[in-house]
Amino acid sequence: MLQDKDRIFTNLYGWESFSLKDAKKRGDWNKTSSLIKKGSDWIIDEMKKSGLRGRGGAGFPTGLKWSFMPKDTGKPHYLVINADESEPGTCKDRDILRNEPHKLIEGALLAGFAMGAHTAYIYVRGEFYNEASELMLAIKEAYDNGLLGKNAAKSGWDFDVIVHRGAGAYICGEETALIESIEGKKGQPRNKPPFPAMAGLYSCPTTVNNVETIAVVPTILRRGGEWFSKLGRDEKNAGTKLFCISGHVNNPCNVEEEMGISMRELIETHAGGVRGGWDNLLAVIPGGSSAPLLPKEICDNVCMDFDSLKEAGSALGTAGLIVMDKSTDIIFAIARLSHFYMHESCGQCTPCREGTGWLWRIMMRMVKGQATVSEIDKLLDITKQIEGQTICALGDAAAWPVQGLIRHFRGEIEKRIIEYRKNAPSYDVAAE
Amino acid sequence: MKKHYDLHADYQPTDFSFIDKKKVKEIISRYPKGKQQSAVMPLLDFAQRQVAEENKKAGSPYGGWIPRAAMDKIAEILDMPEVKVYEVASFYSMYNLEPVGKYLVQFCGTTPCHLCGAQDVIKAAENYLGISLGETTVDGIFTLMEVECLGACVNAPMVQINDDYYEDLTPEIMIQILDDLKAGKKVSIGSQTGRRCSMSACGPTTLSEQAKKCGVV
Repeated sequence: MLQDKDRIFTNLYGWESFSLKDAKKRGDWNKTSSLIKKGSDWIIDEMKKSGLRGRGGAGFPTGLKWSFMPKDTGKPHYLVINADESEPGTCKDRDILRNEPHKLIEGALLAGFAMGAHTAYIYVRGEFYNEASELMLAIKEAYDNGLLGKNAAKSGWDFDVIVHRGAGAYICGEETALIESIEGKKGQPRNKPPFPAMAGLYSCPTTVNNVETIAVVPTILRRGGEWFSKLGRDEKNAGTKLFCISGHVNNPCNVEEEMGISMRELIETHAGGVRGGWDNLLAVIPGGSSAPLLPKEICDNVCMDFDSLKEAGSALGTAGLIVMDKSTDIIFAIARLSHFYMHESCGQCTPCREGTGWLWRIMMRMVKGQATVSEIDKLLDITKQIEGQTICALGDAAAWPVQGLIRHFRGEIEKRIIEYRKNAPSYDVAAE
Repeated sequence: MKKHYDLHADYQPTDFSFIDKKKVKEIISRYPKGKQQSAVMPLLDFAQRQVAEENKKAGSPYGGWIPRAAMDKIAEILDMPEVKVYEVASFYSMYNLEPVGKYLVQFCGTTPCHLCGAQDVIKAAENYLGISLGETTVDGIFTLMEVECLGACVNAPMVQINDDYYEDLTPEIMIQILDDLKAGKKVSIGSQTGRRCSMSACGPTTLSEQAKKCGVV
């Protein structure tokens, strides 16, 4: 378990104000210029040593991502920070925006310097109006105190931070859709390549990072990459992580814990345990809605890190745990996610635009049992025809929860179909 | 699913202009020269807020929305085709292209909130106001909607009313909030059970020294 001395987000719950005065007391902006004076190679090297992997879901090594930014292109470089937090089960970045904005702003300066960017855009989801307002106040404080703008924090580096508010589109959390959105277009993902590091925002070299990824940078650089890498399970699953525990637990909460903590320990120590006790657990979605659910027998022993969850057939994703006890209608819980993906599909690729609707409609029949057993395989087949067939990962994300359900709860779906047929003798196939 | 908006309906005003021109300039200046199209989203939002403000001043019961005239004005200011502005305005769910109630009540109905009883909260509000999701009360004060995940999952169930989040709801608390808003009373935002942000309701499980220092325990 993580010790208090190793926690990065000491104001996660807003016990103190987010203002610069309190943030400085917590150690933010402490000799930032001395870190910058060590040079961009040192920063990137330290980030690589830390083993930090992107906290937005995909888990790509951060230092490596930064090193992809080209040098001497003659074009401006951009750092774009993804605060379009909309993955069901995830609400960690919101706490950083409203309670620890200075960690994010300082991280933006350090990361921006390391990749040769003079400008950072922070894309905050539109619904987070109050959080964006607080972030803007913190940015203004930073400007007023010489921490941003010309010669930011007396580092010799000019740096601007600009907030761009979204307007209610989950897809803008996808990095190229987010870039399109900042450019003033519909948020529809771009084909890759070219990757943003080559041609991103305004066709200039761009790196898109999650809020949590950037906000941990100042602490990692101050305490050293090695400190961070020694926390967690191993060098590939290192450091601390914000976990969001929602659903059927006694005390839902966000908490910073060590990567690789066991799921059971995490839920029982911080969230007051599963409602009705651990034996009342049915399943957990471990990493935001896109991650396939895990039934209790896997949850009993699984650890919360990238590789353990991958081995278990799921993913750490954003580390948003959705806990479901035995009272849950598990088929509806997943069907509701299918509705989410149908609603949020940008409509660009046919398999996703049409397929997510098919998933939702068939899933809703499965909820009632108004289907045939062979349709379970049909449903699985549809997920396979979406997965991997689209420009971005939204199609995959829509497919995985349904695949997870069929993998672990096929019996439950079959049972419901048999029940329905027993009670409805004049059964006929619903026309779609 | 997105619906088709009638840009020629009779409630569409014929003219629109921004009152705070300085702010419009400031918004455009956030983006590089020649990339002014980036300002389309903040300007749409600004237009919607201006309409809300004007409605409030005029004593109209309705809230903020974006008339077609505002979109045309934005296209003119940013030197972009009008249809590109319509495209953006209809893609994102937070731009209201039709008049909505003074209080736009948006329930989160996605799985984490659903597991914690979002449907009971929604039903209570529907029964209390006598309208269904997607409808506006006759007096124009409330519009009810169910939306997708609002990103406050550990404080479920929750609702967004205009700019503010109200969290840790029960059906009774929901009705109280509607009552208070209608009566013009101030309602505290955030957790309705007194929780601090996303902290466990039973008090902190971490940061014990800091908690003592801040007087939390």
